[in-house]
Amino acid sequence: MARSITPQRKMFNTALAWGIGLVIFFPILWTILTSFKSEADAIAFPPKFLFFDWTLENYSVVQDRSNYMRFLWNSVIIAGGSTLLGVIIAVPAAWSMAFVPSKWTKDILMWMLSTKMLPAVGVLYPMYLIFIKLGLLDTRTGLVIVLMLINLPIIVWMLYTYFKEIPGEILEAARMDGASLKAEILYVLTPMAIPGIASTILLNIILAWNESFWTLNLTAAKAAPLTAFIASYSSPEGLFYAKLSAASTMAIAPILIMGWFSQKQLVRGLTFGAVK
Amino acid sequence: MATKNSRTAARLMMAPAVILLLGWMLVPLVMTIWFSFRNYLPLRGGDQGFAGFDNFVRFVTASAFWPAVGATMLIVICSLLITIVLGVLLALLLDKPMWGQGVVRILVIAPFFVMPTVSGLLWKNMFLDSVNGLFAHVARFFGTTPVEWIIDQPFASIILIVSWQWMPFATLILLTAIQSLDSEQLEAAEMDGAPPIKRFWYLVLPHLSRAITVVLLIETIFMLSIFAEIKMTTAGAFGTKTLSYLIFQRVLESQNVGLGSAGGVYAIILANIVATFLMRIVGKNLDT
Repeated sequence: MARSITPQRKMFNTALAWGIGLVIFFPILWTILTSFKSEADAIAFPPKFLFFDWTLENYSVVQDRSNYMRFLWNSVIIAGGSTLLGVIIAVPAAWSMAFVPSKWTKDILMWMLSTKMLPAVGVLYPMYLIFIKLGLLDTRTGLVIVLMLINLPIIVWMLYTYFKEIPGEILEAARMDGASLKAEILYVLTPMAIPGIASTILLNIILAWNESFWTLNLTAAKAAPLTAFIASYSSPEGLFYAKLSAASTMAIAPILIMGWFSQKQLVRGLTFGAVK
Repeated sequence: MATKNSRTAARLMMAPAVILLLGWMLVPLVMTIWFSFRNYLPLRGGDQGFAGFDNFVRFVTASAFWPAVGATMLIVICSLLITIVLGVLLALLLDKPMWGQGVVRILVIAPFFVMPTVSGLLWKNMFLDSVNGLFAHVARFFGTTPVEWIIDQPFASIILIVSWQWMPFATLILLTAIQSLDSEQLEAAEMDGAPPIKRFWYLVLPHLSRAITVVLLIETIFMLSIFAEIKMTTAGAFGTKTLSYLIFQRVLESQNVGLGSAGGVYAIILANIVATFLMRIVGKNLDT
């Protein structure tokens, strides 16, 4: 039974929530709007909200000046590659922890999570040195490996919580019917696990896309993803609001759209199943 | 149900993840500990031998150390308070019946998906800048002098940016937790005449305690190591050098690897203290 509520009350809630929502969203909205302004309109006082000459010029200037596509491609490779590699390594681990638990399973999970808490800056120089020695500095391969390692604990945890929800009885039934381990994994488990794996991939692409410690410190010109692309706009001579906005909009748009689709998975993924 | 065979298979399946994470944890850690006992200046003579505990003593006696500890605590504690208190309030509101709830949720969650370099740069220039920033425009509209936010209020600026990024996260998680609250219990309390504040205090808040703990844990991990938000705004100036930023500067900017590594060891110890404390809570939650 839903609690009844007066229309006035509902109206009030709606207005308040929309108001707060728009305030929180405003910086993003303002950035998107500014990206379509001329530089003069971008800093005009009083600020122009909707009534200005809309232009796409900033986008083409940003692409010409800093070759946006190259950074975008680096981001795609690094975020996608590290996530896929992580999932490939994590699926068997999470599967075995969920279905063949031992008395250490919980300890291993906790330990994995604890590696996530190692402050990156504490191992910055060793990583830098290792990267130089192995020729990985400023390469996409290097970043794929590091971001995979950073997100591996989250990937294992997420998959573990999803796999945990698959009822063991179904597996036993399949086994009774004479299914081999391979058939069991391929035909029983996989179809049930795909939504969970997909959510895991989505969330971890977002996390890897936005990672801004290693991507800034271990890249220079060649492998720099969008996080570093934006950082190059912090130099004073490069600072034009409309162009900064266009660059920012391009950097966040892909992930903003993906993020909106992943809201529900976000909760599970980032709370390690502790909040449902 | 598990046979000996399947147990062996399970070990093997777990091995790659465990070995990789073990290597990822141990190799750089051992190197950091090694460097922290060396007098190591890559650009000024390289490794100049064993330094004993010199680096550890110098790191904590340097004039920059305690301010960095203070800056870290100020930023983390204020951002945690803001995001959790506002997150609870906003989650309570979003749980109420309204029109367009889905759209509001999308608006509220959006900042979480903005990469830290972008939010740092946007806030610094488009909003907090004292000449052309939007806040300055608003200040001039009301006839007051615009504030040089980044210079005069560097902590408020950084806390604002960090809170803006993390409040959506807190809200979303707390909202999920609120929605699992038994509504019949609430109705019973309402019919018994319990006022809203009491219902919140005795029913909703205890129900949320676990979710709040989880938010606290995760946000602490991430906020202790914020980097891009500081690099993009103050670059460590105006007293906003956090512990991790200080170590970053020692290692990469002044290339004093021994000293920076000693700082790194301290940071790792600190993080471990926080982590064990918080892991115990998460572990307890796992059982139930």
